[in-house]
Amino acid sequence: MILLALNPLVSPDPGLFIWSTVTFLILFFLLSKFAWKPIVKALDERERSIEDALAKAEMAKAEMAKLISENEDLLKEARLERDSILKEAKEIKDQIVNDAKDQAKSEGAKLIEKAKIEITNQKLAAMAEIKNQVSSLSIEIAEKVLRKQFEDQGKQQALVNDLLKEVKLN
Amino acid sequence: MDLSHIFNSKKFFSISFYAVLFSLLSFSAYSQEHTAADTSHVPATAEHAEATEKDEDISKVILHHIADSHEWHFFGNVSIPLPVILWTDNGLVTFLSNKFGHNDHGTEILDADGTKLVNYHGKFYYPSDVKSADGTYISHDSKGELLNGKPLDISITKNVVSLLISVTVLLIVFIGIAGSYKKREGKAPKGLQSILEPIILFVRDDIAKPQLGHRYKGFMPYLLTVFFFVWLNNLMGLIPFFPGGANLTGNIAVTMMLALCTFVLTTVNGNKNYWGHVFTPHVPWWLYPLMIPVEIVGLFVKPVALMIRLFANITAGHILILSLISLIFILKSVFVAGIAIPFVLFISVIELVVGFIQAFIFTILSALFIGMAVEEHAEH
Repeated sequence: MILLALNPLVSPDPGLFIWSTVTFLILFFLLSKFAWKPIVKALDERERSIEDALAKAEMAKAEMAKLISENEDLLKEARLERDSILKEAKEIKDQIVNDAKDQAKSEGAKLIEKAKIEITNQKLAAMAEIKNQVSSLSIEIAEKVLRKQFEDQGKQQALVNDLLKEVKLN
Repeated sequence: MDLSHIFNSKKFFSISFYAVLFSLLSFSAYSQEHTAADTSHVPATAEHAEATEKDEDISKVILHHIADSHEWHFFGNVSIPLPVILWTDNGLVTFLSNKFGHNDHGTEILDADGTKLVNYHGKFYYPSDVKSADGTYISHDSKGELLNGKPLDISITKNVVSLLISVTVLLIVFIGIAGSYKKREGKAPKGLQSILEPIILFVRDDIAKPQLGHRYKGFMPYLLTVFFFVWLNNLMGLIPFFPGGANLTGNIAVTMMLALCTFVLTTVNGNKNYWGHVFTPHVPWWLYPLMIPVEIVGLFVKPVALMIRLFANITAGHILILSLISLIFILKSVFVAGIAIPFVLFISVIELVVGFIQAFIFTILSALFIGMAVEEHAEH
């Protein structure tokens, strides 16, 4: 009884079957062409662009980190270089000072040496001068003495005679 | 929309709710059987006979609500007549369903442009030559089966109108959002687009991709169409008044059409592997006489199961709701409404979920069957 009553429910109605088939196929073709194709495409594209953006962001982050570490390295290097430059500069300065000191010392010594030589020279020159002076003075004195002695003619004659004697003897 | 975790975590919930559903269903079936038994046994008193007649009326009313109809009934005597299109022995016959009044007892012969017809329970038959004992022009054989011939009925029935409405809605909505995808290219979704996009992604990521692998793209249009078609019609069936109320996805012709589409797609796309699995299964050769028929039956059982699953689930929901409401009339007490209405509300909410789940199941099984057909490597 129940089965019979249900019977119209489970026996497919050909009219509805035809209509639903036709309508569903039309729906399927229209939606495939005008809805699903653009929608699925747009979704895929958006997903891809999001993925791209994420990958790019990740890359940028890595790049950033790389840059930062590079910067740090550079900074460290720069610091080291600065330190070494400072050290070198100090060394050079010390050396220059030392060199200057040494040079000054040697220069001084040289000057002193030169001065000493000069002094000796001057001394010698002065001594020679003095000797000349003394000799000329003594000659002058001798002349004066001689003049005094030979003021008188007799004495001059006597001397000449003496001298002549001596020459004759020779 | 990733619903898989919900399905997993709420497994217990879904099992228990199905248990409730089936127990309620079997209860209503039992009560119907009981009354049927009553009628056959004891037509003892007049009062009793009247009661059983009332019960039978109600089961008729329920079936009438679930079945297709040539008019769209609103309330009382208000209804929209729908065109009747019949392919009869005399060619095409068309008329509006209200042309011959509302006599569907088969007691009147209708003359539609020279073609004699009789309306029996909303269906058109060729009348018998003589009136039967019950005053109808319908004759039954001893088992109670109809002997009358029937023209091919391709009328625009209530279900067809509902079908056309749902298809129009689907076309407007999805071509509309396709337009907004083009207009707002690469931008975030907005409005209707953002409501439907997670569902489209759900179909793609949780239905198509797991079942079809990298071949999912070609089957996306079919799966999306089926999913939204079934879902929308399930929901429209739950609306008790126009434009809903037609039991489209609970009609076996429609589920048969959908299952046939899946079957055609499976068969057309079946590769060497798939047919090889059917005709040379991986069993010892002497099992072939057993296995090959089983596999061949399996080809057809799959779409038949699809067809019956959707039909039975949706029809069961409708019967359940109508039965609960009918309780008020069966028990002839308005106070029953105090129990029946909350129950109807509860079942209606469940039906909302069932509407989605059945659309999901139909689509995922279609995807699974197609996936089995196009699979490159049988995993055995």
